[in-house]
Amino acid sequence: MSHSYSIKDAVTENRIFLNRIVVTFLLVITVMVALVGRLVYLQIAGHEHYASLATRNRIKISSIPPTRGIIYDRYGRILAENLPAYSLEIIPEQVKDLDETLINLQELLAIPDEKIAEFHKQRKRRKRFVGTPLLMNLNEEEVARFAVRRPFFPGVDIQASLGRHYPYGILTSHVVGYVGRINEKELKTLPVAEYRGTHYIGKVGIEKSYETQLHGKAGYTEVETNAQGRAVNTLNEVQPESGSNLHLTLDIDLQRIAYEAMEGYNGSIVAIEIKTGDVLAFVSHPGFDPNPFVNGISTKAYRALQDSEDKPMFNRALRGQYPPGSTVKPFIGLAGLEYQAVNAQDSVYCPGYYQLPNVKHKFRDWKRWGHGPTNFNKAITQSCDVYFYDLAVTLGIDKMHSFMSQFGFGQKTGIDLSGEKSGLFPSKAWKRKYKKKAWYPGNSIITGIGQGFTLTTPLQLARATATLANRGKVVTPYLVDSIVHANLTKSGSVQSGEVIPLQEENIDEVIAAMVSVVHSARGTAKRISKGIDYQIAGKTGTAQVFTVKQNESYNKHKLAKKLHDHALFISFAPVADPQIAVAVIVENGGHGGSVAAPMAAKVIKHFLKDEEEEFSDSDEQP
Amino acid sequence: MNNRNIEFQSSSVVGNILRKLHIDIPLFIGLGLTCALSFVILYSASGKDMAILMRQVARIGVAFVLMTGLAHINPTQFKRYSTLLYGTGILLLIAVLVFGQIGKGAQRWLDLGLFRFQPSEMIKITTPMMLAWYLSRHHLPLKWKQLLIAFGLILVPTLLIAKQPDLGTSLLVASSGGAVLFFAGLSWRFMMVIGGLILSFLPVLWFYLMHDYQRGRVLTLFNPEADPMGKGYHIIQSKIAIGSGGIYGKGWMGSTQAQLNYLPESSTDFIFAVFAEEFGLAGCLGLLVLYLLIISRGLYIAVQAQETYSRLLAGSLTFTFFVYVFVNIGMVIGILPVVGVPLPLVSYGGTSMVTLLGSFGILMSIHTHKKFLHH
Repeated sequence: MSHSYSIKDAVTENRIFLNRIVVTFLLVITVMVALVGRLVYLQIAGHEHYASLATRNRIKISSIPPTRGIIYDRYGRILAENLPAYSLEIIPEQVKDLDETLINLQELLAIPDEKIAEFHKQRKRRKRFVGTPLLMNLNEEEVARFAVRRPFFPGVDIQASLGRHYPYGILTSHVVGYVGRINEKELKTLPVAEYRGTHYIGKVGIEKSYETQLHGKAGYTEVETNAQGRAVNTLNEVQPESGSNLHLTLDIDLQRIAYEAMEGYNGSIVAIEIKTGDVLAFVSHPGFDPNPFVNGISTKAYRALQDSEDKPMFNRALRGQYPPGSTVKPFIGLAGLEYQAVNAQDSVYCPGYYQLPNVKHKFRDWKRWGHGPTNFNKAITQSCDVYFYDLAVTLGIDKMHSFMSQFGFGQKTGIDLSGEKSGLFPSKAWKRKYKKKAWYPGNSIITGIGQGFTLTTPLQLARATATLANRGKVVTPYLVDSIVHANLTKSGSVQSGEVIPLQEENIDEVIAAMVSVVHSARGTAKRISKGIDYQIAGKTGTAQVFTVKQNESYNKHKLAKKLHDHALFISFAPVADPQIAVAVIVENGGHGGSVAAPMAAKVIKHFLKDEEEEFSDSDEQP
Repeated sequence: MNNRNIEFQSSSVVGNILRKLHIDIPLFIGLGLTCALSFVILYSASGKDMAILMRQVARIGVAFVLMTGLAHINPTQFKRYSTLLYGTGILLLIAVLVFGQIGKGAQRWLDLGLFRFQPSEMIKITTPMMLAWYLSRHHLPLKWKQLLIAFGLILVPTLLIAKQPDLGTSLLVASSGGAVLFFAGLSWRFMMVIGGLILSFLPVLWFYLMHDYQRGRVLTLFNPEADPMGKGYHIIQSKIAIGSGGIYGKGWMGSTQAQLNYLPESSTDFIFAVFAEEFGLAGCLGLLVLYLLIISRGLYIAVQAQETYSRLLAGSLTFTFFVYVFVNIGMVIGILPVVGVPLPLVSYGGTSMVTLLGSFGILMSIHTHKKFLHH
């Protein structure tokens, strides 16, 4: 302010003002250009980025879980189904007075206070327009009681969802298995998209091994949602594809007969249809009720099942490995005939024991005083041990191993259930590898009567018996007969068509001996031949038990009882046209002939009676 | 009167009527088009809310009536009542601080029973009036004492409004007063000194005077992704809306960001984002051109004004309108911090609309009365 004007200088002021206006105008233009520049940056350069963000903002994809496939038995009876489960849900937004509503509901349905507290806890974590469950698993009476009063409870409703149910419960626990809540470990390996809306997954049994087919394909909806997450518009919807229905080979009636036959014992019965490999009965006794597992069994109940000495959770038919005892004799005998180690007519003298040359140790026969002169038929009919000690030594372990392997001993049967055990039929190589010892002749001797290292599963025994009855045509057991998906039927399993090369007369010799076991006066299972007009071929077994490998935690005080022999019986019928093969193992049951054979007989008789009825039915039709 | 009739012989009958109503046609058309755009975009941004639209129509109607009314008043009258209006405004601001209603965490409203009044809006006009009045009485260059008084006249309302707190409005008031000083010919050197002072004052403002939420808004500008669901949410959603609009936009009513409530305040301060989403870059250019036309016409009116008071006031009011546009769009597109400034003539809201159109009424008055002022 060095100098001042005393006279108004209009011209200067005008000039300065105009100058300032021009500066302002230039500033405005510059700023406008900057704004446009930024808009170009956002709307052209950044368009794709922001457009995808906008889409991600508004579109939420939610899965629609598929309906799980239904499992039927061979006659179409439902073994696993989906039943509606009811829960009471409240949408807080639609309720006028929540506290009053809760009090009224508590009165109506006798809801405990904890449930109300739990509801409040859950409610805080959810949006106001999303239903929050108050009560789960309402019974029909509760549903009805609420339904009548429903108009008085706006915002409260019954929600139905599908829950897995096993109508035969304990009978099917080891075949069908069960589903349960998906756990963390499973979640990691599952296809996320397919299981987004699914709560259950097959845990054991058919439910597990056919999980992919049973589960089906998840559908989804693309929903436009607003900022609060409320769905405003459905953009796209793909319906889920229901899981395939499974038709099992199992006959639930036969399963029940077999299960009930085992009453009072722990053990397993497996029945196979010879021509097809259909598993008709698959019993591991005792079973358990699979239904509580679906929605999470209580720790207490689970502990009780786990700790039970009877091991109800243990699938004996599939995973129980037992010494087969004398039930191997028909197969070892057949090996002897095939390898011409014995002649069916030749006799061996049985003094009640067997000794290797120059060895003092006596291998005892079960019959102390011996069977005397014993030929092939007598050796099987009366289960002479000495005959087979001698045969085993003649054959040697290598021949026995290769022959028995053809019948599936020591090998998984390939049944469509996961977790199968392979059993064991020893060989020199096996012993060297796992026992680090050479094979001794003594090992061969006891292998000849199904003792020693040999272990079989009930399923394996049934399969070997079926293969024998099938005259060497290998039978592969399977449980799923067909997979039905949207009217398309796919056959479950097919037989390999593999045939063991056998001499017909040798097979006849073995079968004749097995018929004698049941139908001759001195047969070890003669008691079951009463009242039938067809022939049953069988072989008893009484396996000595030292330790029970699969359950090491057995109570020591009970060990004495647990040292009782396992009772075994393999059989097929009718001999004229073999239909069914049955293997029975009764843990610590005592003698095969008195305990196991009658159980097998019940199954065979029931099955063949049904067959007859079927035949007579068809006969009546012109 | 004769001269004027001859001058506008070629204009239409309507034009003549408007002229008699003291309405400036280019300005009127610009304002009218912008308000029409406001109706279009507001209907969409509010989610087809007819009630909101009708309220906006009513407000704009009232504001247009006020504008025409003010256009009729001779600028000499404004000049005469400048001090009185300014003083009243200051008193009302003090009243707001003492008795005011609290809305959105800030004390801005005075409840007068029938309606709520925001004195800070009135101050936006009375401050430049006061300064124009004061500076038109003194000749350049200004003496220190006069400068101090001029700054005092700006600072008092600015600080009173900042105290409410209403950063956006105090900024607008300060800029409207500063604009008068600028147009009055404050020397560049002096302005640089003032600019330097303001810059050095910024740390003080930052550390002692600004509220936490105001500091947060500034920080958010630089990194909105730091708190995407909190402070940064607003600006992120706004950028998504604008960017997803692309060149031609999603079409009218096609804004998903606003229709589905992802963008908050989509009808008020952030309506530009909805506009950009629905009409794209092309629409934005159109709107900016419209604003540029209004601003240019305002500057032209200022140049044409014959009296110091009138041209200072006209220049300042136009400049303030420009600041409005810049601050709002700048904040919506993420280059300025979020301050509560509506998009002029488009955002939903009554008071700012009335003030804005009121200031254009004054501009029209200045332009249409100049012939009569010529001695």
